[in-house]
Amino acid sequence: MNYPENYRYTKEHEWVSLSGGVATVGITFHAQEELGDIVYVDLPKPGTAVEKGKTFGSVESVKAVSDIYAPVSGEVAEVNELLASSPEKLNEDPHNAAWLIRVKVSGDDEFKQLMSASDYQTYVGAES
Amino acid sequence: MSGTSELKRTPLNEVHRQCNARMVDFGGWDMPVQYSGIVEEHQAVRNAVGLFDVSHMGEIEIRGPEALNLVDYVTTNAASRLAAGQVQYAGLLYDHGGFVDDILVHKVADDSYFLCVNASNQEKDFAHIRELNKFDCDVDFASPRYAQLAIQGPKALSVALKLTKSDLGTVRYYWFVDGEFAGVPARIARTGYTGEDGFEVYVAPEHACAVWHAIMDAGADAGIRRCGLGARNTLRLEAAMSLYGHEIGASITPFDAGLSWIVKMDKGEFVGREALVRQKEKGITRKLVGFEMRGRGIARDGYEVLIDEKPAGWVTSGSPAPYLNKNIGLAMLPADRATVGEKIGILIRNQSADAEIVPTPFYKRSK
Repeated sequence: MNYPENYRYTKEHEWVSLSGGVATVGITFHAQEELGDIVYVDLPKPGTAVEKGKTFGSVESVKAVSDIYAPVSGEVAEVNELLASSPEKLNEDPHNAAWLIRVKVSGDDEFKQLMSASDYQTYVGAES
Repeated sequence: MSGTSELKRTPLNEVHRQCNARMVDFGGWDMPVQYSGIVEEHQAVRNAVGLFDVSHMGEIEIRGPEALNLVDYVTTNAASRLAAGQVQYAGLLYDHGGFVDDILVHKVADDSYFLCVNASNQEKDFAHIRELNKFDCDVDFASPRYAQLAIQGPKALSVALKLTKSDLGTVRYYWFVDGEFAGVPARIARTGYTGEDGFEVYVAPEHACAVWHAIMDAGADAGIRRCGLGARNTLRLEAAMSLYGHEIGASITPFDAGLSWIVKMDKGEFVGREALVRQKEKGITRKLVGFEMRGRGIARDGYEVLIDEKPAGWVTSGSPAPYLNKNIGLAMLPADRATVGEKIGILIRNQSADAEIVPTPFYKRSK
């Protein structure tokens, strides 16, 4: 799997892209593969404050519930409505169409602390 | 993978790993939870046919002149009503009426019975039965001599027929035959844990891999899929079949679990009978029900159930139902509120989600 070079990654298998003060957050290809068939996604409403390292929602597969942790702090600006009706998109296109939330952030310090694509690749290689 | 060295393995362990199954620790066994995906495997069993390795299940053989006396004494159902070649679902109870296990009793002959028991209970079941054996018969821990493969789905019969000379079409549901399967000696039972037609085939462990490959080849045209324990669980839940440790257990009686049909109070003395008599006199206070989610969210095992916004019971099993495309579950509730149509709440991450009690089974195959 090729993990996008311009994204950053967490040990809990979220990815973040940053553009114009807005961070887009999703779960990685590895995460969706581990979960299996995703059937339900629980996300916060726009305006909710999220805090780095704290859970902000959950993704459920047929078998299990998995919390999602905020990779950066900020305020939820937008939620991907596609996932309410088509949670399976998270299995099909986790790095693009099936992003979870967009977060207004201040600065890029938190973003820069996260793993690069190559570091993440090594990390999941070691984990599995 | 680390930490798997102490897990028990079925004879098919290597086969599962070679086809990239996701393996999990299932009650001390290294078992495949899924191959291609739980939903796809589940649908294959509903629409075509699936193959499961259930060799982790245990087998206990009871033989001797008084084999029937022992089986009848330790189980809730009436083994005396079985004909040779017939299978019966039964409870194995403690004196206090709770479940040691739920089992399948196969009558091989007047002096020979074959029990299929749950994997994680097999040693406990064996010790329990042997302890109670005051009859002229032997109790044998037979698990090491058997692998078990389950072929399940509407096309199971046509696939199985390619591999045996036994006339499986005439073997009725919950009957079995001893014969040859894929060229090796086998016990072929028309039983299953999916709500579909199908067979559970018992063979010697050294033949398990060859039989597995023969079934996969014979089922290729029918669209056979390898199925893991994930699909096995969602399939049995749609069919509202009990799972030990969830719907039944040491603190749950057959009456609580809606399994009074496997209890034959009139058959004479059996272990647990006294407690069941007392429970019946006092009245059954709780009942297992099926429910469907009406609000958003998925109920999971152990979640709290609310009635009138107060804690009233718990979810014994909850999951998405892939074939029905609903979120369903089973729950233990006070008997006086356990009626179809009752509105209940499921506490999901500290929020109550609406659900409604519905009739079970959720899924019933058309015959």
